[in-house]
Amino acid sequence: MAMNEPQQISVQELIAQKSNRGLLAFTEKLIPKILFLIASVSVLTTIGIVFTLIFETVTFFTEVNIFGFLTGTEWYPFANSTPTYGILPLVVGTLKITGIAILVAVPIGIATAIFLSEYASDRVRRFIKPILEVLAGVPTIVYGFFALTFVTPILRSIYPDIAIFNALSPGIVVGIMIIPMIASLSEDAMSSVPNAMRDGAYALGATKLEVAVKIVLPAALSGIVASTVLAISRAIGETMIVAVAAGSTPGFNWDVTGSIQTMTAYIVQVTTGDAGYGTTIYYSIYAVGFTLFLFTLAMNMLAQFISKRFREEY
Amino acid sequence: MTTIVKPEVKTAEKETVKKNKSSVYKTEQLNLWYGSNHALKNIDLDIKENEVTAIIGPSGCGKSTYIKTLNRMIETIPSVKTSGVINYRDKNIFDKEYQVEELRTKVGMVFQKPNPFPKSIYDNIAYGPRIHGIKNKKILDQIVEKSLRGAAIWDEVKDRLGENAYGLSGGQQQRICIARCLAIEPDVILMDEPTSALDPISTLKVEELVQDLKKDYSIIIVTHNMQQAARISDKTAFFLNGEVVEFDETDKIFSNPSDERTEDYISGRFG
Repeated sequence: MAMNEPQQISVQELIAQKSNRGLLAFTEKLIPKILFLIASVSVLTTIGIVFTLIFETVTFFTEVNIFGFLTGTEWYPFANSTPTYGILPLVVGTLKITGIAILVAVPIGIATAIFLSEYASDRVRRFIKPILEVLAGVPTIVYGFFALTFVTPILRSIYPDIAIFNALSPGIVVGIMIIPMIASLSEDAMSSVPNAMRDGAYALGATKLEVAVKIVLPAALSGIVASTVLAISRAIGETMIVAVAAGSTPGFNWDVTGSIQTMTAYIVQVTTGDAGYGTTIYYSIYAVGFTLFLFTLAMNMLAQFISKRFREEY
Repeated sequence: MTTIVKPEVKTAEKETVKKNKSSVYKTEQLNLWYGSNHALKNIDLDIKENEVTAIIGPSGCGKSTYIKTLNRMIETIPSVKTSGVINYRDKNIFDKEYQVEELRTKVGMVFQKPNPFPKSIYDNIAYGPRIHGIKNKKILDQIVEKSLRGAAIWDEVKDRLGENAYGLSGGQQQRICIARCLAIEPDVILMDEPTSALDPISTLKVEELVQDLKKDYSIIIVTHNMQQAARISDKTAFFLNGEVVEFDETDKIFSNPSDERTEDYISGRFG
Protein backbone atom coordinates (compact mmCIF):
# COMPACT_ATOMS: atom_id res chain seq x y z
CA MET A 1 0.00 0.00 0.00
CA ALA A 2 2.57 2.50 1.13
CA MET A 3 4.72 1.35 -1.74
CA ASN A 4 2.12 2.61 -4.22
CA GLU A 5 1.84 6.06 -2.77
CA PRO A 6 5.12 6.99 -1.19
CA GLN A 7 4.39 10.69 -1.42
CA GLN A 8 1.63 10.37 1.16
CA ILE A 9 3.91 9.54 4.03
CA SER A 10 6.16 11.91 5.90
CA VAL A 11 8.34 10.02 8.32
CA GLN A 12 9.01 13.13 10.33
CA GLU A 13 5.27 13.64 10.81
CA LEU A 14 4.79 10.06 11.90
CA ILE A 15 7.60 10.44 14.42
CA ALA A 16 6.00 13.63 15.73
CA GLN A 17 2.67 11.81 16.19
CA LYS A 18 4.17 8.84 17.99
CA SER A 19 6.59 10.56 20.29
CA ASN A 20 5.67 11.91 23.65
CA ARG A 21 8.40 14.36 24.59
CA GLY A 22 7.10 15.06 28.06
CA LEU A 23 6.97 11.44 29.19
CA LEU A 24 10.29 10.74 27.56
CA ALA A 25 11.97 13.58 29.43
CA PHE A 26 10.47 12.34 32.69
CA THR A 27 11.60 8.73 32.31
CA GLU A 28 15.00 9.84 31.09
CA LYS A 29 15.42 11.69 34.36
CA LEU A 30 13.94 8.99 36.56
CA ILE A 31 15.68 5.91 35.15
CA PRO A 32 19.24 6.95 36.10
CA LYS A 33 18.07 7.56 39.66
CA ILE A 34 16.51 4.11 39.93
CA LEU A 35 19.61 2.53 38.46
CA PHE A 36 21.77 4.47 40.91
CA LEU A 37 19.72 3.17 43.83
CA ILE A 38 20.08 -0.41 42.63
CA ALA A 39 23.81 0.04 42.11
CA SER A 40 24.12 1.48 45.61
CA VAL A 41 22.94 -1.79 47.14
CA SER A 42 26.24 -3.54 46.58
CA VAL A 43 28.26 -0.53 47.67
CA LEU A 44 26.19 -0.13 50.84
CA THR A 45 26.47 -3.85 51.59
CA THR A 46 30.24 -3.64 51.32
CA ILE A 47 30.34 -0.64 53.62
CA GLY A 48 28.01 -2.43 56.05
CA ILE A 49 30.20 -5.52 56.14
CA VAL A 50 33.36 -3.54 56.70
CA PHE A 51 31.74 -1.55 59.51
CA THR A 52 30.43 -4.67 61.24
CA LEU A 53 33.88 -6.19 61.01
CA ILE A 54 35.57 -3.09 62.39
CA PHE A 55 33.00 -2.61 65.17
CA GLU A 56 33.20 -6.16 66.51
CA THR A 57 36.97 -6.25 66.04
CA VAL A 58 37.31 -3.15 68.22
CA THR A 59 35.20 -4.85 70.89
CA PHE A 60 37.55 -7.83 70.71
CA PHE A 61 40.59 -5.66 71.24
CA THR A 62 39.11 -4.13 74.39
CA GLU A 63 39.44 -7.61 75.87
CA VAL A 64 42.61 -8.84 74.16
CA ASN A 65 45.87 -6.97 73.65
CA ILE A 66 46.25 -6.05 69.96
CA PHE A 67 50.02 -6.39 70.04
CA GLY A 68 49.78 -9.87 71.53
CA PHE A 69 47.20 -10.75 68.89
CA LEU A 70 49.43 -9.68 66.02
CA THR A 71 52.67 -11.19 67.28
CA GLY A 72 51.53 -14.13 69.43
CA THR A 73 52.54 -17.57 68.27
CA GLU A 74 49.98 -19.48 70.31
CA TRP A 75 46.31 -19.71 69.46
CA TYR A 76 44.44 -21.50 72.20
CA PRO A 77 41.12 -19.67 72.53
CA PHE A 78 39.42 -22.73 74.06
CA ALA A 79 41.93 -23.18 76.89
CA ASN A 80 40.00 -23.15 80.17
CA SER A 81 42.41 -21.31 82.43
CA THR A 82 44.32 -18.86 80.20
CA PRO A 83 43.12 -18.63 76.62
CA THR A 84 45.72 -17.13 74.26
CA TYR A 85 44.98 -15.24 71.09
CA GLY A 86 48.10 -15.04 68.94
CA ILE A 87 46.99 -15.07 65.31
CA LEU A 88 50.30 -16.08 63.71
CA PRO A 89 49.56 -19.85 63.78
CA LEU A 90 46.35 -19.25 61.82
CA VAL A 91 48.17 -16.94 59.39
CA VAL A 92 50.86 -19.57 58.93
CA GLY A 93 48.19 -22.21 58.33
CA THR A 94 46.62 -20.03 55.64
CA LEU A 95 50.02 -19.30 54.07
CA LYS A 96 50.86 -23.02 53.91
CA ILE A 97 47.67 -23.78 52.02
CA THR A 98 48.15 -20.74 49.77
CA GLY A 99 51.80 -21.54 49.10
CA ILE A 100 51.10 -25.13 48.11
CA ALA A 101 48.15 -24.03 45.99
CA ILE A 102 50.35 -21.52 44.13
CA LEU A 103 53.01 -24.16 43.48
CA VAL A 104 50.35 -26.40 41.96
CA ALA A 105 48.21 -23.85 40.15
CA VAL A 106 50.60 -21.32 38.62
CA PRO A 107 52.70 -23.71 36.50
CA ILE A 108 49.72 -25.82 35.44
CA GLY A 109 47.48 -22.80 34.88
CA ILE A 110 49.99 -20.90 32.75
CA ALA A 111 51.03 -24.00 30.82
CA THR A 112 47.36 -24.68 30.09
CA ALA A 113 46.91 -21.08 28.94
CA ILE A 114 49.92 -21.28 26.62
CA PHE A 115 48.66 -24.54 25.18
CA LEU A 116 45.14 -23.24 24.64
CA SER A 117 46.12 -19.92 23.14
CA GLU A 118 49.19 -20.88 21.08
CA TYR A 119 49.01 -24.57 20.22
CA ALA A 120 45.50 -25.94 20.49
CA SER A 121 43.39 -26.18 17.36
CA ASP A 122 39.93 -24.70 17.50
CA ARG A 123 38.44 -28.14 18.01
CA VAL A 124 40.67 -28.97 20.96
CA ARG A 125 40.07 -25.56 22.52
CA ARG A 126 36.32 -25.99 22.21
CA PHE A 127 36.68 -29.34 24.00
CA ILE A 128 38.99 -28.25 26.84
CA LYS A 129 37.56 -24.86 27.76
CA PRO A 130 34.17 -26.18 28.91
CA ILE A 131 35.92 -28.81 31.01
CA LEU A 132 37.92 -26.06 32.69
CA GLU A 133 34.72 -24.20 33.33
CA VAL A 134 33.13 -27.27 34.90
CA LEU A 135 36.18 -27.52 37.15
CA ALA A 136 35.58 -23.92 38.19
CA GLY A 137 31.95 -24.67 38.95
CA VAL A 138 32.44 -27.64 41.29
CA PRO A 139 31.20 -26.73 44.80
CA THR A 140 34.12 -26.34 47.17
CA ILE A 141 32.64 -28.82 49.64
CA VAL A 142 33.04 -31.47 46.93
CA TYR A 143 36.67 -30.45 46.56
CA GLY A 144 36.96 -30.81 50.33
CA PHE A 145 35.82 -34.43 50.27
CA PHE A 146 37.97 -35.03 47.21
CA ALA A 147 40.95 -33.87 49.26
CA LEU A 148 40.05 -35.91 52.33
CA THR A 149 38.93 -39.16 50.71
CA PHE A 150 40.98 -39.25 47.52
CA VAL A 151 44.12 -37.12 47.66
CA THR A 152 45.03 -37.74 51.30
CA PRO A 153 44.94 -41.58 50.99
CA ILE A 154 47.16 -41.34 47.88
CA LEU A 155 49.61 -39.10 49.73
CA ARG A 156 49.55 -41.44 52.70
CA SER A 157 50.31 -44.42 50.51
CA ILE A 158 53.40 -42.60 49.28
CA TYR A 159 54.47 -41.06 52.61
CA PRO A 160 52.86 -43.01 55.45
CA ASP A 161 53.94 -40.35 57.96
CA ILE A 162 51.35 -37.88 56.71
CA ALA A 163 48.44 -37.35 59.10
CA ILE A 164 44.85 -37.81 58.00
CA PHE A 165 44.34 -34.09 58.42
CA ASN A 166 47.24 -32.23 56.85
CA ALA A 167 48.12 -29.10 54.90
CA LEU A 168 49.49 -30.81 51.81
CA SER A 169 46.33 -32.46 50.53
CA PRO A 170 43.94 -29.49 50.81
CA GLY A 171 46.74 -27.23 49.55
CA ILE A 172 47.02 -29.30 46.37
CA VAL A 173 43.25 -29.38 45.96
CA VAL A 174 42.89 -25.62 46.49
CA GLY A 175 45.53 -25.35 43.78
CA ILE A 176 43.43 -27.52 41.47
CA MET A 177 40.43 -25.37 42.30
CA ILE A 178 42.16 -22.15 41.17
CA ILE A 179 43.74 -23.61 38.00
CA PRO A 180 40.73 -22.72 35.82
CA MET A 181 40.81 -19.15 37.05
CA ILE A 182 44.50 -18.70 36.16
CA ALA A 183 44.25 -20.68 32.93
CA SER A 184 41.13 -18.96 31.66
CA LEU A 185 42.11 -15.36 32.50
CA SER A 186 45.68 -15.89 31.27
CA GLU A 187 44.39 -17.41 28.06
CA ASP A 188 42.21 -14.36 27.52
CA ALA A 189 45.23 -12.12 28.05
CA MET A 190 47.36 -14.15 25.64
CA SER A 191 44.68 -14.45 22.97
CA SER A 192 44.30 -10.70 22.92
CA VAL A 193 47.94 -10.22 21.91
CA PRO A 194 47.66 -9.13 18.27
CA ASN A 195 48.60 -11.70 15.64
CA ALA A 196 50.73 -9.09 13.88
CA MET A 197 53.19 -9.43 16.74
CA ARG A 198 53.36 -13.20 16.40
CA ASP A 199 53.86 -12.81 12.64
CA GLY A 200 56.75 -10.43 13.28
CA ALA A 201 58.49 -13.09 15.32
CA TYR A 202 57.64 -15.99 13.01
CA ALA A 203 59.05 -14.02 10.09
CA LEU A 204 62.38 -13.85 11.91
CA GLY A 205 62.50 -17.63 12.06
CA ALA A 206 61.18 -18.03 15.59
CA THR A 207 59.68 -21.36 16.58
CA LYS A 208 56.25 -21.66 18.16
CA LEU A 209 57.75 -22.00 21.62
CA GLU A 210 59.96 -18.93 21.14
CA VAL A 211 56.98 -16.90 20.03
CA ALA A 212 54.90 -18.11 22.98
CA VAL A 213 57.55 -17.58 25.64
CA LYS A 214 59.38 -14.50 24.38
CA ILE A 215 56.64 -12.52 22.65
CA VAL A 216 53.19 -13.56 23.79
CA LEU A 217 53.95 -14.25 27.44
CA PRO A 218 55.71 -10.90 28.09
CA ALA A 219 53.05 -9.01 26.16
CA ALA A 220 50.31 -10.66 28.23
CA LEU A 221 52.23 -10.57 31.49
CA SER A 222 50.12 -7.99 33.25
CA GLY A 223 46.97 -10.02 32.65
CA ILE A 224 48.66 -13.24 33.70
CA VAL A 225 50.06 -11.80 36.91
CA ALA A 226 46.78 -10.12 37.75
CA SER A 227 44.89 -13.38 37.26
CA THR A 228 47.41 -15.19 39.44
CA VAL A 229 47.09 -12.65 42.24
CA LEU A 230 43.29 -12.87 42.09
CA ALA A 231 43.56 -16.65 42.25
CA ILE A 232 45.87 -16.37 45.26
CA SER A 233 43.33 -14.13 46.89
CA ARG A 234 40.75 -16.89 46.40
CA ALA A 235 43.11 -19.48 47.85
CA ILE A 236 43.60 -17.32 50.94
CA GLY A 237 39.85 -17.02 51.45
CA GLU A 238 39.06 -20.66 50.62
CA THR A 239 37.10 -22.22 53.47
CA MET A 240 35.34 -25.51 52.88
CA ILE A 241 38.28 -27.48 51.51
CA VAL A 242 40.49 -26.62 54.48
CA ALA A 243 37.66 -27.00 56.98
CA VAL A 244 37.06 -30.53 55.75
CA ALA A 245 40.57 -31.77 55.08
CA ALA A 246 43.15 -29.68 56.91
CA GLY A 247 42.21 -30.36 60.54
CA SER A 248 41.90 -27.91 63.39
CA THR A 249 45.26 -27.68 65.09
CA PRO A 250 46.77 -24.22 64.84
CA GLY A 251 50.54 -24.49 64.95
CA PHE A 252 53.38 -22.08 64.40
CA ASN A 253 55.64 -24.19 62.18
CA TRP A 254 56.23 -24.93 58.51
CA ASP A 255 55.35 -28.62 58.63
CA VAL A 256 52.82 -29.51 55.93
CA THR A 257 52.27 -33.16 56.84
CA GLY A 258 50.36 -32.54 60.06
CA SER A 259 47.01 -31.06 61.01
CA ILE A 260 46.77 -27.28 60.74
CA GLN A 261 44.14 -24.59 61.03
CA THR A 262 43.62 -21.66 58.72
CA MET A 263 41.91 -18.38 59.51
CA THR A 264 38.82 -19.42 57.58
CA ALA A 265 38.65 -22.85 59.19
CA TYR A 266 38.79 -21.26 62.64
CA ILE A 267 35.85 -19.05 61.82
CA VAL A 268 33.90 -22.12 60.67
CA GLN A 269 34.79 -23.93 63.87
CA VAL A 270 33.47 -21.11 66.04
CA THR A 271 30.38 -20.35 64.02
CA THR A 272 29.31 -24.00 63.97
CA GLY A 273 28.58 -23.84 67.65
CA ASP A 274 31.69 -24.05 69.76
CA ALA A 275 31.24 -20.65 71.39
CA GLY A 276 28.37 -18.60 72.73
CA TYR A 277 27.31 -15.15 71.62
CA GLY A 278 29.12 -12.28 73.36
CA THR A 279 32.09 -14.29 74.54
CA THR A 280 35.65 -13.31 73.70
CA ILE A 281 35.83 -16.26 71.35
CA TYR A 282 32.77 -14.96 69.54
CA TYR A 283 34.43 -11.59 69.01
CA SER A 284 37.70 -13.24 68.02
CA ILE A 285 36.18 -14.47 64.75
CA TYR A 286 35.62 -10.86 63.74
CA ALA A 287 39.24 -10.02 64.44
CA VAL A 288 40.32 -13.05 62.41
CA GLY A 289 37.82 -12.20 59.70
CA PHE A 290 39.10 -8.64 59.56
CA THR A 291 42.68 -9.88 59.21
CA LEU A 292 41.56 -12.16 56.40
CA PHE A 293 39.75 -9.26 54.77
CA LEU A 294 42.92 -7.16 54.87
CA PHE A 295 44.86 -9.99 53.21
CA THR A 296 42.45 -10.42 50.32
CA LEU A 297 41.97 -6.67 49.98
CA ALA A 298 45.74 -6.24 49.69
CA MET A 299 45.84 -8.99 47.06
CA ASN A 300 43.06 -7.45 44.99
CA MET A 301 44.72 -4.05 45.14
CA LEU A 302 48.01 -5.63 44.16
CA ALA A 303 46.31 -7.25 41.16
CA GLN A 304 44.89 -3.91 40.06
CA PHE A 305 48.22 -2.19 40.53
CA ILE A 306 50.06 -4.85 38.55
CA SER A 307 47.64 -4.86 35.66
CA LYS A 308 48.03 -1.09 35.37
CA ARG A 309 51.72 -0.75 36.08
CA PHE A 310 53.15 -3.64 34.08
CA ARG A 311 51.01 -3.38 30.99
CA GLU A 312 53.16 -3.60 27.89
CA GLU A 313 51.73 -0.92 25.67
CA TYR A 314 50.77 -2.00 22.20
CA MET B 1 51.70 24.72 -6.05
CA THR B 2 54.44 22.61 -4.68
CA THR B 3 55.32 19.60 -6.67
CA ILE B 4 56.65 16.45 -5.19
CA VAL B 5 59.87 15.52 -6.87
CA LYS B 6 59.61 11.97 -7.98
CA PRO B 7 62.86 10.07 -8.29
CA GLU B 8 63.27 9.12 -11.91
CA VAL B 9 63.37 5.56 -12.98
CA LYS B 10 67.04 4.97 -12.81
CA THR B 11 67.93 3.74 -16.24
CA ALA B 12 71.64 4.36 -15.81
CA GLU B 13 71.77 2.01 -12.90
CA LYS B 14 69.97 -0.67 -14.77
CA GLU B 15 72.53 -0.82 -17.53
CA THR B 16 75.10 -1.99 -15.01
CA VAL B 17 72.91 -4.92 -14.07
CA LYS B 18 74.68 -8.13 -14.85
CA LYS B 19 72.90 -10.34 -17.28
CA ASN B 20 73.53 -13.66 -15.61
CA LYS B 21 72.34 -13.19 -12.07
CA SER B 22 71.34 -16.32 -10.27
CA SER B 23 67.78 -16.91 -9.13
CA VAL B 24 66.75 -16.61 -5.51
CA TYR B 25 63.21 -17.77 -6.04
CA LYS B 26 61.94 -19.96 -8.82
CA THR B 27 58.22 -20.51 -8.66
CA GLU B 28 56.81 -23.26 -10.83
CA GLN B 29 53.14 -23.96 -11.32
CA LEU B 30 52.17 -22.66 -7.90
CA ASN B 31 48.51 -23.01 -6.99
CA LEU B 32 46.98 -21.96 -3.72
CA TRP B 33 43.51 -22.35 -2.27
CA TYR B 34 41.85 -20.73 0.72
CA GLY B 35 39.36 -23.50 1.42
CA SER B 36 37.62 -23.72 -1.97
CA ASN B 37 38.72 -20.28 -3.16
CA HIS B 38 41.41 -20.69 -5.81
CA ALA B 39 43.60 -17.69 -4.96
CA LEU B 40 46.77 -18.34 -6.95
CA LYS B 41 46.68 -20.03 -10.34
CA ASN B 42 49.66 -21.62 -12.03
CA ILE B 43 52.16 -18.98 -10.98
CA ASP B 44 55.54 -19.12 -12.72
CA LEU B 45 58.05 -16.51 -11.61
CA ASP B 46 61.83 -16.39 -11.64
CA ILE B 47 63.17 -13.82 -9.21
CA LYS B 48 66.82 -12.82 -9.46
CA GLU B 49 69.15 -11.85 -6.67
CA ASN B 50 70.13 -8.27 -5.83
CA GLU B 51 67.16 -6.84 -7.59
CA VAL B 52 64.04 -5.14 -6.45
CA THR B 53 61.05 -7.05 -7.76
CA ALA B 54 57.74 -5.27 -7.44
CA ILE B 55 54.41 -7.07 -7.43
CA ILE B 56 51.47 -4.94 -8.45
CA GLY B 57 47.82 -5.57 -9.07
CA PRO B 58 44.36 -4.66 -7.83
CA SER B 59 43.08 -5.66 -4.38
CA GLY B 60 42.39 -9.34 -4.04
CA CYS B 61 44.59 -10.32 -6.98
CA GLY B 62 46.73 -12.59 -4.82
CA LYS B 63 49.87 -10.46 -4.57
CA SER B 64 49.99 -10.47 -0.75
CA THR B 65 49.12 -14.15 -0.75
CA TYR B 66 52.00 -14.85 -3.09
CA ILE B 67 54.61 -12.95 -1.07
CA LYS B 68 53.45 -14.64 2.13
CA THR B 69 53.82 -17.98 0.43
CA LEU B 70 57.48 -17.23 -0.25
CA ASN B 71 58.35 -17.55 3.46
CA ARG B 72 55.42 -19.85 4.17
CA MET B 73 53.81 -17.32 6.51
CA ILE B 74 50.60 -18.14 4.65
CA GLU B 75 50.50 -21.39 6.62
CA THR B 76 49.36 -19.51 9.74
CA ILE B 77 45.95 -19.56 8.03
CA PRO B 78 44.63 -23.08 8.67
CA SER B 79 42.49 -23.56 5.55
CA VAL B 80 45.33 -22.94 3.06
CA LYS B 81 46.33 -25.64 0.57
CA THR B 82 49.09 -25.37 -2.00
CA SER B 83 50.42 -27.32 -4.96
CA GLY B 84 53.43 -26.72 -7.16
CA VAL B 85 57.00 -25.81 -6.39
CA ILE B 86 58.79 -22.79 -4.99
CA ASN B 87 62.54 -23.25 -5.17
CA TYR B 88 64.46 -20.99 -2.89
CA ARG B 89 68.13 -21.23 -3.82
CA ASP B 90 67.36 -24.47 -5.65
CA LYS B 91 65.53 -26.15 -2.79
CA ASN B 92 61.78 -26.67 -2.76
CA ILE B 93 60.43 -24.90 0.33
CA PHE B 94 57.40 -27.19 0.35
CA ASP B 95 59.54 -30.28 0.90
CA LYS B 96 58.58 -32.20 4.01
CA GLU B 97 62.12 -32.00 5.37
CA TYR B 98 62.43 -28.29 4.71
CA GLN B 99 62.79 -26.40 8.00
CA VAL B 100 60.45 -23.44 7.86
CA GLU B 101 62.35 -21.63 10.65
CA GLU B 102 65.52 -21.89 8.58
CA LEU B 103 63.74 -20.44 5.56
CA ARG B 104 62.45 -17.51 7.59
CA THR B 105 65.91 -16.90 9.00
CA LYS B 106 67.13 -16.44 5.44
CA VAL B 107 64.08 -14.57 4.21
CA GLY B 108 63.05 -11.54 6.23
CA MET B 109 59.68 -9.89 6.04
CA VAL B 110 58.33 -6.40 6.55
CA PHE B 111 54.60 -6.17 7.03
CA GLN B 112 51.91 -3.81 5.86
CA LYS B 113 51.34 -2.32 9.29
CA PRO B 114 54.38 -1.67 11.45
CA ASN B 115 54.40 -4.46 14.03
CA PRO B 116 57.24 -3.87 16.48
CA PHE B 117 57.22 -5.98 19.63
CA PRO B 118 56.05 -4.20 22.79
CA LYS B 119 59.64 -4.07 23.98
CA SER B 120 62.45 -1.55 23.93
CA ILE B 121 63.91 -0.47 20.59
CA TYR B 122 67.09 -2.35 21.47
CA ASP B 123 65.24 -5.57 22.34
CA ASN B 124 63.22 -5.35 19.14
CA ILE B 125 66.36 -5.41 17.03
CA ALA B 126 68.16 -7.93 19.23
CA TYR B 127 65.21 -10.35 19.24
CA GLY B 128 66.15 -12.11 16.00
CA PRO B 129 69.84 -12.58 16.81
CA ARG B 130 68.92 -13.70 20.33
CA ILE B 131 66.55 -16.47 19.29
CA HIS B 132 69.25 -17.71 16.96
CA GLY B 133 71.65 -18.03 19.85
CA ILE B 134 73.64 -14.78 19.83
CA LYS B 135 73.83 -13.71 23.48
CA ASN B 136 77.12 -11.76 23.63
CA LYS B 137 76.23 -8.22 24.69
CA LYS B 138 79.04 -6.57 22.71
CA ILE B 139 78.15 -8.37 19.51
CA LEU B 140 74.47 -7.56 20.04
CA ASP B 141 75.34 -3.89 20.55
CA GLN B 142 77.14 -3.92 17.23
CA ILE B 143 74.32 -5.71 15.45
CA VAL B 144 71.76 -3.25 16.84
CA GLU B 145 73.75 -0.22 15.74
CA LYS B 146 74.53 -1.66 12.32
CA SER B 147 70.91 -2.66 11.70
CA LEU B 148 69.52 0.68 12.82
CA ARG B 149 72.04 2.48 10.63
CA GLY B 150 71.13 0.15 7.77
CA ALA B 151 67.49 1.12 8.20
CA ALA B 152 68.43 4.83 8.31
CA ILE B 153 66.97 5.38 11.75
CA TRP B 154 70.05 5.23 14.00
CA ASP B 155 70.38 9.00 14.39
CA GLU B 156 66.76 9.33 15.40
CA VAL B 157 66.78 6.66 18.09
CA LYS B 158 70.37 6.24 19.28
CA ASP B 159 69.69 8.13 22.53
CA ARG B 160 66.50 6.25 23.35
CA LEU B 161 67.28 2.62 22.66
CA GLY B 162 65.78 1.63 26.01
CA GLU B 163 62.39 3.14 25.25
CA ASN B 164 59.38 1.17 24.10
CA ALA B 165 59.23 1.01 20.31
CA TYR B 166 55.54 1.89 20.47
CA GLY B 167 56.48 5.43 21.45
CA LEU B 168 57.80 6.05 17.93
CA SER B 169 55.86 7.41 14.98
CA GLY B 170 54.42 5.01 12.39
CA GLY B 171 57.18 5.72 9.90
CA GLN B 172 59.86 5.21 12.52
CA GLN B 173 58.20 2.01 13.69
CA GLN B 174 58.27 0.68 10.14
CA ARG B 175 61.98 1.42 9.84
CA ILE B 176 62.47 -0.30 13.22
CA CYS B 177 60.74 -3.32 11.69
CA ILE B 178 63.08 -3.12 8.70
CA ALA B 179 66.06 -2.88 11.07
CA ARG B 180 64.72 -5.86 13.01
CA CYS B 181 64.66 -7.75 9.75
CA LEU B 182 68.21 -6.64 8.80
CA ALA B 183 69.56 -7.72 12.19
CA ILE B 184 69.71 -11.36 11.14
CA GLU B 185 71.25 -10.39 7.78
CA PRO B 186 68.79 -12.23 5.59
CA ASP B 187 69.32 -13.07 1.96
CA VAL B 188 65.93 -11.85 0.77
CA ILE B 189 63.61 -9.22 2.20
CA LEU B 190 59.91 -9.54 1.50
CA MET B 191 57.92 -6.33 1.86
CA ASP B 192 54.14 -6.51 1.93
CA GLU B 193 52.92 -3.01 1.14
CA PRO B 194 55.43 -1.55 3.60
CA THR B 195 54.42 2.06 3.03
CA SER B 196 50.64 1.78 2.80
CA ALA B 197 50.21 2.88 6.43
CA LEU B 198 52.79 5.68 6.21
CA ASP B 199 52.72 9.37 5.39
CA PRO B 200 54.43 10.59 2.17
CA ILE B 201 57.66 11.67 3.88
CA SER B 202 58.08 8.37 5.68
CA THR B 203 57.20 6.62 2.44
CA LEU B 204 59.98 8.46 0.65
CA LYS B 205 62.45 7.45 3.37
CA VAL B 206 61.48 3.81 3.11
CA GLU B 207 61.75 3.96 -0.68
CA GLU B 208 65.23 5.43 -0.50
CA LEU B 209 66.08 2.74 1.97
CA VAL B 210 64.93 0.03 -0.42
CA GLN B 211 67.25 1.47 -3.09
CA ASP B 212 70.14 1.32 -0.61
CA LEU B 213 69.38 -2.18 0.56
CA LYS B 214 69.35 -3.56 -2.96
CA LYS B 215 73.15 -3.68 -2.94
CA ASP B 216 73.15 -6.40 -0.31
CA TYR B 217 69.73 -7.94 -0.45
CA SER B 218 67.21 -9.24 -2.91
CA ILE B 219 63.96 -7.43 -2.31
CA ILE B 220 60.47 -8.44 -3.27
CA ILE B 221 57.92 -5.74 -2.64
CA VAL B 222 54.15 -5.81 -2.94
CA THR B 223 52.70 -2.40 -3.59
CA HIS B 224 49.39 -0.79 -4.39
CA ASN B 225 51.17 2.26 -5.60
CA MET B 226 52.22 2.02 -9.22
CA GLN B 227 54.42 5.10 -9.05
CA GLN B 228 56.24 3.43 -6.22
CA ALA B 229 56.80 0.31 -8.28
CA ALA B 230 58.07 2.45 -11.14
CA ARG B 231 60.36 4.43 -8.86
CA ILE B 232 62.05 1.65 -6.97
CA SER B 233 61.87 -1.65 -8.78
CA ASP B 234 63.95 -3.36 -11.44
CA LYS B 235 61.37 -5.93 -12.40
CA THR B 236 57.63 -5.81 -12.04
CA ALA B 237 55.09 -8.59 -11.95
CA PHE B 238 51.48 -7.72 -12.64
CA PHE B 239 48.98 -9.99 -10.89
CA LEU B 240 45.32 -10.20 -11.79
CA ASN B 241 42.74 -12.61 -10.37
CA GLY B 242 45.41 -14.90 -9.01
CA GLU B 243 47.41 -15.09 -12.22
CA VAL B 244 50.60 -13.45 -13.39
CA VAL B 245 49.59 -11.42 -16.40
CA GLU B 246 53.00 -10.03 -17.14
CA PHE B 247 56.47 -10.14 -15.62
CA ASP B 248 59.23 -8.06 -17.11
CA GLU B 249 61.66 -5.20 -16.67
CA THR B 250 59.89 -2.37 -14.84
CA ASP B 251 60.70 0.05 -17.65
CA LYS B 252 59.05 -2.15 -20.18
CA ILE B 253 55.96 -2.81 -18.05
CA PHE B 254 55.37 0.88 -17.55
CA SER B 255 56.33 2.14 -21.00
CA ASN B 256 55.44 -0.65 -23.35
CA PRO B 257 53.44 -3.45 -21.72
CA SER B 258 52.80 -6.41 -23.95
CA ASP B 259 49.44 -7.35 -22.42
CA GLU B 260 46.43 -5.16 -22.86
CA ARG B 261 45.25 -5.80 -19.29
CA THR B 262 48.55 -4.51 -17.92
CA GLU B 263 48.18 -1.37 -19.93
CA ASP B 264 44.62 -0.88 -18.71
CA TYR B 265 45.74 -1.28 -15.13
CA ILE B 266 48.77 0.98 -15.20
CA SER B 267 46.89 3.66 -17.07
CA GLY B 268 44.28 3.54 -14.30
CA ARG B 269 41.38 2.10 -16.25
CA PHE B 270 40.56 -0.30 -13.42
CA GLY B 271 41.80 -1.39 -9.99
